[in-house]
Amino acid sequence: MTLKHLLSAGDLDRDTAIQILDIAEEMAGVNSRDIKKLPTLRGKTVVNLFFEDSTRTRISFELAEKRLSADVINFAAKGSSVSKGESLKDTAQTLEAMGTDAVVIRHSASGAANVLAHSGWINGAIINAGDGTHEHPTQALLDAFTMRRRIHGAASHGKGLDGVKVVIVGDILHSRVARSNLLLLNTLGAEVHMVAPPTLFPVNTSNWNAGFHYDFDAALASVKPDAVMMLRVQGERMNASYFPTEREYSRMWGLNAERVGLLGESTLIMHPGPMNRGLEISSVAADHKNSTVLEQVANGVSIRMAVLYHLLSGERTHTDD
Amino acid sequence: MTNLLIQNATLPSGEVADIAIVGEKIVAVGKGLATDAAGAGATIIDATGLVALPGLVDLHTHLREPGFEQSETVYTGSQSAAAGGFTAVHAMANTSPVQDTAGVVEQVQRLGQEAGYVDVVPVGAVTVGLEGKQLAELGAMANSRARVRVFSDDGKCVHDPVLMRRALEYVKTFGGVVAQHAQEPRLTEGAQMNEGKVSADLGLTGWPAVAEESIIARDVLLAEHVGSRVHICHLSTAGSVDIIRWAKARGINVTAEVTPHHLLLTDELVRSYDAVYKVNPPLRTQEDVLALRAALVDGTIDIIATDHAPHPAESKDCEWQAAAFGMLGLEIAASVAQDVLIESGDSDWNRVAAVLSSNPAKIGLLEEQGQPLVAGSVANLTLIDPKAKRVIEHSHSKSENNPYRGLTLPGAVVHTIYRGYQTVSNGKLAEKGRNNA
Repeated sequence: MTLKHLLSAGDLDRDTAIQILDIAEEMAGVNSRDIKKLPTLRGKTVVNLFFEDSTRTRISFELAEKRLSADVINFAAKGSSVSKGESLKDTAQTLEAMGTDAVVIRHSASGAANVLAHSGWINGAIINAGDGTHEHPTQALLDAFTMRRRIHGAASHGKGLDGVKVVIVGDILHSRVARSNLLLLNTLGAEVHMVAPPTLFPVNTSNWNAGFHYDFDAALASVKPDAVMMLRVQGERMNASYFPTEREYSRMWGLNAERVGLLGESTLIMHPGPMNRGLEISSVAADHKNSTVLEQVANGVSIRMAVLYHLLSGERTHTDD
Repeated sequence: MTNLLIQNATLPSGEVADIAIVGEKIVAVGKGLATDAAGAGATIIDATGLVALPGLVDLHTHLREPGFEQSETVYTGSQSAAAGGFTAVHAMANTSPVQDTAGVVEQVQRLGQEAGYVDVVPVGAVTVGLEGKQLAELGAMANSRARVRVFSDDGKCVHDPVLMRRALEYVKTFGGVVAQHAQEPRLTEGAQMNEGKVSADLGLTGWPAVAEESIIARDVLLAEHVGSRVHICHLSTAGSVDIIRWAKARGINVTAEVTPHHLLLTDELVRSYDAVYKVNPPLRTQEDVLALRAALVDGTIDIIATDHAPHPAESKDCEWQAAAFGMLGLEIAASVAQDVLIESGDSDWNRVAAVLSSNPAKIGLLEEQGQPLVAGSVANLTLIDPKAKRVIEHSHSKSENNPYRGLTLPGAVVHTIYRGYQTVSNGKLAEKGRNNA
């Protein structure tokens, strides 16, 4: 399957997901060379359209685009025509008029990438770099890539994550990382568990193929996870009665030193960043030998190169959606 | 204005009869009326195979004028209403300026008379500026030429329990009714769609059913306590139906409405992120739809009201979160009623006439609307071809936020007669309103 857009981790079937992970392995090879550059996207224009601040994700995409030799334009909403009230539609049509081949969009509204892809405003490929509290599919891909590398090492090629047990902990309700990971991990054969205070789960999770736990310690004991993925607690949750205090949250749902002690010898400690050290993750966990936090950042570039390569390289005929 | 002789119409009872109309009045109804029953030179309408209903009455229409003429005007909204078989619409108060004074409601009523396609009956705001803080001059609006009897802050909930109590009590002065938009504001901060499994998938802020149900529960109890009647706008959940059923069994003077869209569409449609499906209250689940349909059949819900809410393209052609709430409804309401009550085999045309005409007229205290099709009644009626199947496309509204586009619905309005004047003839809207013809 060749995708035109990457809007949701659910767009990826197993073969396509594994194919992208395999391409990312090749890209990781490029990224470890002295000259980290491929000519693949020479002559293609990619716009990073960021309506929300996200220096990390934007830089990761930008680096990926540049290493594939694309022409890169960064369009940040602040200080642009968007802050003067220009609509998503007009921004998109403006970019279309300038002739762009792909748009990487980060937006605070869930579904913004879908709207962009299906509106007819723009013909290029759309890559969702995070839409509201909906999805962040390249994050899920880089997380899967990180797990696969750690678990299968040099024998990763062609493999999924069958039987791998992953516990995702934190603000599930508002997390695009959790939604995308759930979908992709399901596709790759992993077993997903989620841990959160009841206030930070959706009210109805009947559509989700995962185990749900309130008690972090009990979940660690019963699941014996291969990876624990901690989610960032956003500042705006602090004063909205989702939990009483940061201290209580940290005690009950933080990955503190005691809980690190409950993990298996090789259980991965993951975090999409940026971390709140001392809140959802302790320094003992963040700096542990099993922590993949920095690998995730490095792998993000490889994965984004792979996604761009999949969507933009070569001749292909797209079916209209 | 010519007199009319309608031949071989099927009345809601199923009986086939002719209907003679002279001026504004029905003068005779019966089998095989003489061809001069409506006088010599009357226009003959062959209604063979058509169902005659009393002219439809909408208790909940947004005509948007004054203030939002880019969405709709009283004129275009009246045309859309006539095309949908309506002879009266209640114009909701959330205009700009708000319909919270005698002056504004009289202006809206006058615009309706000038348009001449339906009776435009202004709804008065309950509170000044819809701000939920201070009662508007309800008495002044009631005593104005617009004779306002229905009061609503629709679009916003009268959430302050004391203010709601006072409003319920105060409108007894002139037999009015408060129509509540049941939405607990704190429980719906930032809410975008029904809170359920679809909102979990889509990452859109959930709008819990309890936000509607808790207000309805409170308000039926308040109505009971002060001995007032209360009307609940746009029921959208199965739980709301249960509360209304309970309240009616208890003898509380409550009436309830449901919109066409809540009878037909579900939150699964939101998966497209197409803002044409964004509406307040939100589309709910299939279980809710089934409960609402059953409640319309069994009488728990009294009426269908459209909540016709036009918006310009730019308010819908954007990301979901930025889009406006609301959808069109005037021109599909009769079809949805037919789908729920007739095509299902669950009810009959008498019930269609009740939920779309006589009941809303009673709630709004409109004496010259919703009357039975008998001699002496004002000649407001709608003739529907129940066998027609139509693919929904064009609408007479100024706006195009029509979620039914492309759907095939049963039934078509063939003629609408408004106070003896044909606003729709053979499916075609009259070029001019009643007073300008």
